[in-house]
Amino acid sequence: MSRLNIPKTYKLFIGGKFPRSESGHTYEVTSSKGTFIANAALASRKDARDAVVAARSAQAGFAGLTAYNRGQILYRIAEVLEGRREQFVSEIVTSEGVRTGSANKQVDDAIDTWVWYAGWADKYAQVLGNGNPVSGPFFNLSTPDPTGVVVSLAPQGAQSQSLLGITSVVAPIIASGNTVVVVAHHTQPLSAISFAEVLATSDVPGGVVNILTGDPAPIMPWLAAHADVNALDLCGGADLEWVSWTQDAAETLKRVLPPHDGIPAKELARLGFFTELKTVWHTKALG
Amino acid sequence: MGFLDYAPAPESTSILNLKKSYGLFIGGEFVEGSGPAFATVSPSSEETITMIAQANDADVDKAVVAARGAFSKTWSKMPGSERGKYLFRIARLIQERSRELAIAESLDNGKPIRETRDVDIPLVAAWFFYYAGWADKLEYAGVGNNPQALGVAAQVVPWNFPLLMLAWKIAPALAAGNTVVLKPAETTPLTALLFAEICQQAELPAGVVNIITGAGATGAALVGHPDINKVAFTGSTAVGRGIARNLAGTNTRVTLELGGKGANIIFDDAAIDQAIEGIISGIFFNQGHVCCAGSRLLVQENIHDDVMNRLQSRLSTLRLGDPLDKNTDIGAVNSKAQLDRITEIANSGEAEGATRWSAPCELPAKGFWFPPTVFTNVQTSHRIARDEIFGPVLSVLTFRTPDEAVAKANNTPYGLSAGIWTEKASRMLAIADKLRAGVIWANTFNKFDPASPFGGYKESGYGREGGRHGLAAYLESGNLKGGAK
Repeated sequence: MSRLNIPKTYKLFIGGKFPRSESGHTYEVTSSKGTFIANAALASRKDARDAVVAARSAQAGFAGLTAYNRGQILYRIAEVLEGRREQFVSEIVTSEGVRTGSANKQVDDAIDTWVWYAGWADKYAQVLGNGNPVSGPFFNLSTPDPTGVVVSLAPQGAQSQSLLGITSVVAPIIASGNTVVVVAHHTQPLSAISFAEVLATSDVPGGVVNILTGDPAPIMPWLAAHADVNALDLCGGADLEWVSWTQDAAETLKRVLPPHDGIPAKELARLGFFTELKTVWHTKALG
Repeated sequence: MGFLDYAPAPESTSILNLKKSYGLFIGGEFVEGSGPAFATVSPSSEETITMIAQANDADVDKAVVAARGAFSKTWSKMPGSERGKYLFRIARLIQERSRELAIAESLDNGKPIRETRDVDIPLVAAWFFYYAGWADKLEYAGVGNNPQALGVAAQVVPWNFPLLMLAWKIAPALAAGNTVVLKPAETTPLTALLFAEICQQAELPAGVVNIITGAGATGAALVGHPDINKVAFTGSTAVGRGIARNLAGTNTRVTLELGGKGANIIFDDAAIDQAIEGIISGIFFNQGHVCCAGSRLLVQENIHDDVMNRLQSRLSTLRLGDPLDKNTDIGAVNSKAQLDRITEIANSGEAEGATRWSAPCELPAKGFWFPPTVFTNVQTSHRIARDEIFGPVLSVLTFRTPDEAVAKANNTPYGLSAGIWTEKASRMLAIADKLRAGVIWANTFNKFDPASPFGGYKESGYGREGGRHGLAAYLESGNLKGGAK
C-alpha cells in the first residue's frame, strides 16, 4: 500500500517568518493542466504594509554590513538553492508544465544569477562611484548608497519562469543593501515560497526579502503610494495598471523602473538603478 | 563712520547694453512672443529693467520643432569633437563677458555682486569647459559602449541661480548630443537672453539652444509637449511631483532637483569660528535662496549658547543692501511673492513658540528685503523645522549624541544636503555614511563644482547634475530604458 504524502502549506514570507495572510484568504494554485496543487496565501494590503515595516526595520542593518559580507550572503543563497535543486525542478515541472530539462535550466540560471550579483556586492561602488577632481582644496568622493526599501513586482504572464523571475528582480535590489517587498508571480507562486525557505536557511537577515503571493492588482496601489517605500520595480506590470501605480508613486517622488518584457538580463544598470549617489566633500588643509 | 562702515562701492551698470525688450530665442533668432510681454524688475529697486516676451503654447511648439530639426539634421550628426569645440567657444565667451553677466545677474536677481562675480559666473564658465571636454569621450561616461543622445531636452530652471542653473542644464545636454528648449524663471530671464546672444556669437547651429520666456503656464506647456525626450527641472517639490505624475507611463526621461531642508550638524569638537562661517554660508549665502541650504542647524547641546553668541555677533557685522555694491553681503529677496512666503513662515515660527532673533540691519525703503533671522527653541514639529523656507531664516535645534543628530537630520522627507562640523575624521565619515542626503559637506558648506555630482535622495528629486553622472542623465545605452530617474 502506498504511503499518503504530506503536502506543504504555502504561506507568506514577512520579516523572516512565514505567516498566513492576516485576511485569512487563500487562492487555488493549479498546474498548467488545471489540476489543484495547493492553496496559496492571498496577501492583503495589511500584509503589504506589514512587509514594508519589516523591510524598513531590516534596511539600515543590512546596508551596514560590509560589502564583502553581503556578497557572501548572496553567494550562500546560490549554495542552498543548488542543494535543493530537485525540489525546485519538480515544483516548476508541475506548476509551469515544462519538461525536466527546461526546469533544470531555469534553476541553473537562477543559481548563476545569484552568483553573478553576489560578485557585484563589493565591486559596484568602484564602478558606479567616482573620485572627483574639484577645483579647490577638497577631498571629494561620490559613492552609491542603497535607495532604501524597494517594492518589486516579479515577472508575470504565462511564459514567465517563476523562480528565475523572482531571482532576477530581487538579487540586483538586495546586492547593494536595499531591502525588498516582492510580489511573486500571481498564478505560479509556489517556487517563490519555496525560495523563501532557501532565504530563511541562508544567512539573509529577516526582513531583507519579504515575499507576498496573490493578486498584485489590489495591493500594488497601496505599495506604490506607501510613504515609507523609496522605489518601485514594476518589472512584471506591463499588462497591469502600472501607469496608475507610477502616478501614485509620484506623490512621494519614488524612483520607478517601468515594466520589462520577460525576464530581465543580468545587468549592472539594474543594480545601479536602486542606488543613490552620495557625494562627500571634505576640506584639505592648505599647509 | 565706524571702522565697519564702508563708503559705497557700487559696480557701474554702464557695461550693460540692454535692449528695451527681448523676444524669444527660437531657431537661432530672436522672435516675437505671442503672449503679452512682461517686465522683469530689479528686486532691490522695484524698477523695470527691460520687457520680456511671453511664449504661449504655439511658441513652445515652434521652439520644440526648432530643437527637433536641429537635433536630427545637425547636432546628432556632428562628431563629438566638433560639438565640444562649440562648448569651448561658449565657455570662453562667458569668461570674456563675465563682468557684464555678473552685473546683469545681480540686477535681475538681487543677489550681491560679490557672489555673481566670484561664484555664479566663474562656475558657469567652468561648467561649459568641463562638459565641452566630455563631448568626444561619451563612451567613457559609464553608461555602456554605445551611448546615445536622448533627443530634445525640455529644461526649466529657477530664479535662485539663473545663469548657473542654465549652465547645469545646457552644458551636459549639448555635450551628450541633445538639443534643448530652456525656460528661465519668470522673475530672472535676463542672463538667459544674454546667453542666447552668446550662442549667436559662438555661431552655434540654429535650433540647438532655444530659450523661451514666460510664467508657469509656459513651463507646463514645455514639459508637457509630446515631442520631447527628456525633462530636466529644478524647482519646487510640488511642481516636481506634478511633472512626475504627468510623465508617468511615457518614455520621457526625467531629472528633478527639488526642495531641501538640509541639516548642518555642529559637534562640540568643531573648530567653532570656521563653523560659524560655515553656518552663515550654509543659510545666508544667496539670501537663503538655495535648495541645498543648511536651514536646520543641529548644535550639540553643550556648545549651543556659545555658538549662538558667536553667530549673532558675526551676523551683526553683515552688510545688507545694494546688490551691486562690492561690500554687500546680503542682497534683496528675489520677489514680492517670495518675501511674503518667507514672512509668513517666519511668523509661524513665533506663533508656534520658537524664539526669533534678527540681525540689526536697516532695510532699504524700496525693494524686497528680509534680515538674517535665527530661531532658537525650535521643536522638530514646528513648520520652520519642516518646511523649506527658501529665505535667510535659520532654525536651531540641539542634540546630545551622534545618533540623535543623525535621527534628527534624517527626520525629513527631503534628502538633498547636509553639513558636518567636527575635527574628528572618523566621526565625520561615520556620520556621513548614515545621513540620507545626496551631498554632504564636511567642515565646509555650499561648495559646487562641475566635476562633482549634485542631487537628492527621497523627495528632493532624482538624477544627478555634475560630473560624469550628470552626463549620464542625458544619455542612454543598454537594455534598461526610461525610468523616473
